Amino acid sequence: MRITALVALVRKDLQLFFSDRRSVIVSFAVPIVIGAFIGSLTNEMGNNSNKPLRVKVAFADLDASAVSKALVADAQADTNLDVSVADADAARLQVQKGTVVAAVIVPKDFGDSASRAFFQGSSVQKPELTVLVDPSRAVEAGMVRGILAQHVMQTVAQSAFSGQSLAKLADRGLAEIDKSNMPPDQKRLLREMLNGVQRFYSQNPSASRGRGAGGLFSLPYTVREEEVTAGKRVPYNGYAHAFSGMGIQFLLFAMLNAGIELLLERQRGLWKRLRSAPISRYGLLAAKWASGTIISLMTLLVSFGAAMLMFKVRIEGSVVGFLAVAIACSMMAATFGMLVAAIGRTPATARGVSSLAVLVMVMVGGAWFPTFLFPKWIQQLTVIVPVRWAVDGLDATTWRGLPFSSAVLPTLALCGFALLFGLITLTRFRWEEA
Amino acid sequence: MLEVRHLRKTFGSLVAVDDVSFSVLPGRLTGLLGPNGAGKTTSVSIIAGLLTPERGDVLVGGRALSGDTDPGKRRIGLVPQDVALYDELTARDNLRFFGALYDMSGTALDHAMHAALTLVGLADRARDRVKTFSGGMKRRLNLAAGLLHDPDILLLDEPTVGVDPQSRNAIFENLEELKRRGKALLYTTHYMEEAERLADRIVVIDRGRVVADDTLEGLHATVSPGSSGSAKDGAVSLESVFLTLTGRSLRD
Repeated sequence: MRITALVALVRKDLQLFFSDRRSVIVSFAVPIVIGAFIGSLTNEMGNNSNKPLRVKVAFADLDASAVSKALVADAQADTNLDVSVADADAARLQVQKGTVVAAVIVPKDFGDSASRAFFQGSSVQKPELTVLVDPSRAVEAGMVRGILAQHVMQTVAQSAFSGQSLAKLADRGLAEIDKSNMPPDQKRLLREMLNGVQRFYSQNPSASRGRGAGGLFSLPYTVREEEVTAGKRVPYNGYAHAFSGMGIQFLLFAMLNAGIELLLERQRGLWKRLRSAPISRYGLLAAKWASGTIISLMTLLVSFGAAMLMFKVRIEGSVVGFLAVAIACSMMAATFGMLVAAIGRTPATARGVSSLAVLVMVMVGGAWFPTFLFPKWIQQLTVIVPVRWAVDGLDATTWRGLPFSSAVLPTLALCGFALLFGLITLTRFRWEEA
Repeated sequence: MLEVRHLRKTFGSLVAVDDVSFSVLPGRLTGLLGPNGAGKTTSVSIIAGLLTPERGDVLVGGRALSGDTDPGKRRIGLVPQDVALYDELTARDNLRFFGALYDMSGTALDHAMHAALTLVGLADRARDRVKTFSGGMKRRLNLAAGLLHDPDILLLDEPTVGVDPQSRNAIFENLEELKRRGKALLYTTHYMEEAERLADRIVVIDRGRVVADDTLEGLHATVSPGSSGSAKDGAVSLESVFLTLTGRSLRD
């Protein structure tokens, strides 16, 4: 095909694209606006180094014992929780209204019962701690359950191992030994041990009033959390993912429109004029593909350019890898648009079906929400969705700061999709113009 | 200049054209007449290379055309039935694009655009977007786009549909000028008066087959004066000839 004709075909498509104000706004401005909005949300949730995420929980303390008060105080001191105190009915209402994620009802006699159950296991009835949860916020509710278990274990253990508790326990133990049928030598050994405990607390009255060994009871480890991003001093930037997702979504929409335009060209007789010129049919499609790739790439790069200028998004990994993924993604999108034109019968039906296809692809491909939120089977299924590879590739080379090797597989996968869409287009395209 | 030999094309069980043959000479306009669905547009599409015939040949200057990129296609210009223009582009940008498809560029293209726009009376609107044009202006620009690359043969598929008498007359004058320049014109139409005014030879096609191929006088001679097809004064109109040849049943 002659270069003059190819250049003219590509230039014409670009001229038409830029002369359509709506297309330009949809392709360039809208992804920036939506990307900024989604990025601000994910940044708020993800960037916990500045402002920790605090889950709202209500406590209703019906016991009002030292143990239950210590439990509420411990929870209030936890940086992961935003604890308020209410009566049981008010706490339930707050969960129902969604103002708190969960409400913890501490029953009467919780302190004593829990301390007893701590040592006597299943032989005594355990106190029931009621946790009311908002079913729409299951992930946060799970987090509350875990944190609550930690605080209950800590406060009950501190109580159970206090001097008074241990002295009482020794008294009860000696009485039990007398009643039991165990061999005399074993009884003697146990009495000696428990008498030793009683002697310790009678000789050290201050120890029986203090926290005793319970003060030493705590989690046997501490946690150091580190964000694994491009580097130690590079914080997670939620805008990077948001802009790649929105960029991909809107370049697909731009190419969907390009496919519809091709159908309209056919409807308006323009395709007849093109086909009557001495140009090969593959040349015509190649020009469409080239112009589509250029428009897609511009959409993506403008989107990222805005993210870089406004939200400090950086290509922390391989720049070459980023460009490879972006170009492969653009080629895939361009062939997707041609596929729409090849399969679509009329512009109206093609628009409806392909819009749905784009929305499904971007949704399950992780452009809107991270794929880990989806069920396992959907996560596995997304390998057949090109958007997933594009998102993974752009994430890898931007905020994850990974090297070129991390972009190779996404690039190859996207090229594979471009090839597949291109082959289907070639076999399904209607060439004859009656 | 253009010779069509024994064309046959089917769409499934429908035989669109069958054994269609005719020729168009330089400096002559051949009218291709026929009822709806007769096979006129299919014939034009085959000649323009938009459809591949199952049988038959299209010869341009004595040489058969083959394939999309046959250089012989440069000698053919198509003016489709639809206004095949990009509304968002200016008249100049439309012509620049269509000229580039025929490998035209630079000064030669500028001259050709100016000549084509002058011929159709749109030189002063060259920089306006096509979407601001009236229907008649679009039709004239459609014609200009077809003859921009100076083809020897111009295929005109109902080029005056939906235009006012002034624009139609302007198009006729353009076509007469092209005839004077030695172009071979193939003109499909439903309007008998257009064929009567412009055509040097008329090919009537019906149900995919050529039913008459003659000069206007020759066709008139096929219907005898005083027959049901003749007018009160005894003269025979082309319409009556047409109805005699193709029948009076509806062809929707």
